[in-house]
Amino acid sequence: MRGFLVKRLLQSLILLLIVSVIGFAVLNLFPGGPLAQYALDSSMTQDDLMRLKEQLGLNRPLYVQYLDWAFRLVQGDWGHSFRDRAPVLSVIGRHLWATFLLMGSSTILAVGVGAWIGIRSATHRGSLFDHAATIGAMVALSIPTFWFGLVGIYVFTLRLGWLPAGNMYTVGDESILDYLHHLIMPSAVLALVHVAIWSRYMRSATLDVIHQDFVNTARAKGLSERRILMKHVVGNALLPMITLAGIQLPSVLTGALVTETVFTWPGMGRLFLDSLGYSDYPVVMGLLMFSAVLVIVSNLLADITVALVDPRIRLA
Amino acid sequence: MTSAAAPHPARERWWRGRTMRRFLANRLALFGAAAIVLLVLACVIGPGLLPYTSLSIDLRARFAPPFTGSHYLGTDPLGRDVAARLFMAGRISLAVGFAAMLLSTIIGTLIGVIAGYRGGWIGAVLMRMVDGFLSFPSIFLVLALAAALKPSAMMITVVIAATSWMEVARIVETEVRSLREREFVQAGRMLGLSGTHIMFREILPNAIGPIIVAATLTVARAILMEAYISFLGYGIQPPLPSWGNMLDGAQRYLGSAPWLAIIPGAAITIAVASFNFIGDGLRDAFDVRGDHK
Repeated sequence: MRGFLVKRLLQSLILLLIVSVIGFAVLNLFPGGPLAQYALDSSMTQDDLMRLKEQLGLNRPLYVQYLDWAFRLVQGDWGHSFRDRAPVLSVIGRHLWATFLLMGSSTILAVGVGAWIGIRSATHRGSLFDHAATIGAMVALSIPTFWFGLVGIYVFTLRLGWLPAGNMYTVGDESILDYLHHLIMPSAVLALVHVAIWSRYMRSATLDVIHQDFVNTARAKGLSERRILMKHVVGNALLPMITLAGIQLPSVLTGALVTETVFTWPGMGRLFLDSLGYSDYPVVMGLLMFSAVLVIVSNLLADITVALVDPRIRLA
Repeated sequence: MTSAAAPHPARERWWRGRTMRRFLANRLALFGAAAIVLLVLACVIGPGLLPYTSLSIDLRARFAPPFTGSHYLGTDPLGRDVAARLFMAGRISLAVGFAAMLLSTIIGTLIGVIAGYRGGWIGAVLMRMVDGFLSFPSIFLVLALAAALKPSAMMITVVIAATSWMEVARIVETEVRSLREREFVQAGRMLGLSGTHIMFREILPNAIGPIIVAATLTVARAILMEAYISFLGYGIQPPLPSWGNMLDGAQRYLGSAPWLAIIPGAAITIAVASFNFIGDGLRDAFDVRGDHK
């Protein structure tokens, strides 16, 4: 177990290193690089820029600059927003929970619905339901999330008037019910793609388990089909889903970004686009790095959880 | 000995025989292929058949709903014909999708073959690099890159390719790693063939099935990606239309002119779904074992 942990930790550290190199490269790709903010200011002369460059140490060799940047990153100094001079990490922190709320609710929805469809497809293999689910999943994977959001707003807000078109709450009414009312459409829209992925996964996982010896044994013991399914099949099929949840995270974050745009949801995705629009590069970079760290750490956690629960994987 | 060195079993087989038969038996894949052919034809010859060009502005015919006169799909806020724009946009979106697929397949194949064949620390470094790129939620990286570089159609293609070669690299690496120990490769090595020759002339032709499957699915992904970044305003820039940027701003007119949002999105969904159907059919036809994602 310890060997496994050390190995995974080391791998994650190497990944973080690579991610930071890519991040640093992107930062230097921006027109004006880290000095972009000052280059936009017309009162700055070329000489001022040069002096600033020297002061900020931007005339040093790139690898020294990288080490300096990476070192400050580790210490929690992610720079300051060009817009309001607030530290990048606290700006991200302010938008974090809205995104987590959206991602969390849509993941619960996606796993629930996806698992149900997947298990039903597997137990009714070859049925009309199974075929419809297969085609439905492929179509769902092909629908642009933002377009699905637009269609949703058209139908449920403009035509039926059931759900709000955007924002996280109504000003003046900030009750839990109001939040939930605003949450329904964005999280359903974000969940669509992932329902497809989870259902496909759950179908093949269930099919893998359903013909194994212990299921036959359970049947031979006289357990009801329902009990077998819930206890033996689903339990065993669910475990690797923890890993899948980690793998899916980048795609959930990607979906969250466009969903937040369509539904004016005040999360990290909106923050990212606003910052891009304002050329607020420290925040852009911060979010880029933050999301990558989030992905790597969650994958690590997912692997550790699986290893803790499933003794067979310990030596892997 | 010569026969062992150059089996090339894959070369004639895919056109007739098992693979093709299996593909033709897959109705969904055939449907996808037909849809793509129709879509490409429509985008190539469609603009010539319509009475309007994609740029002709008619302010008297603003916001005309579909089937108004000869505006079969209606008009936009400037009175431009939506059908004409849709076909012109299709040219851009499909071309970007294809080009990005070609580029990312080449990058992915190169990295995958080298990592899989060389193995050792080169392979480890390359594959960790693949993991590194996969750790960035790609839309963040794509948008940051698109904002940093000048957003021309060419640039968008490069940016999309730069963030979607990893799947291909992974698939090729796994495939090559398993092929590396096969007899015909060892025979090639004994014959003293160079590493490059073995990698690209002996191993690669045998890994072509999974590569084609991955490439097809990459087209779908690339079209979708272009739509996302153009929708968000960092992709193809107007007046050049693309399916994604036709949707940019459509949200404002959702109440009064819903067709502006519905039509381009439907075109994207049809194109992407068709490529996914084809990819899935090819996967079954080539008998590529793989996770059904």
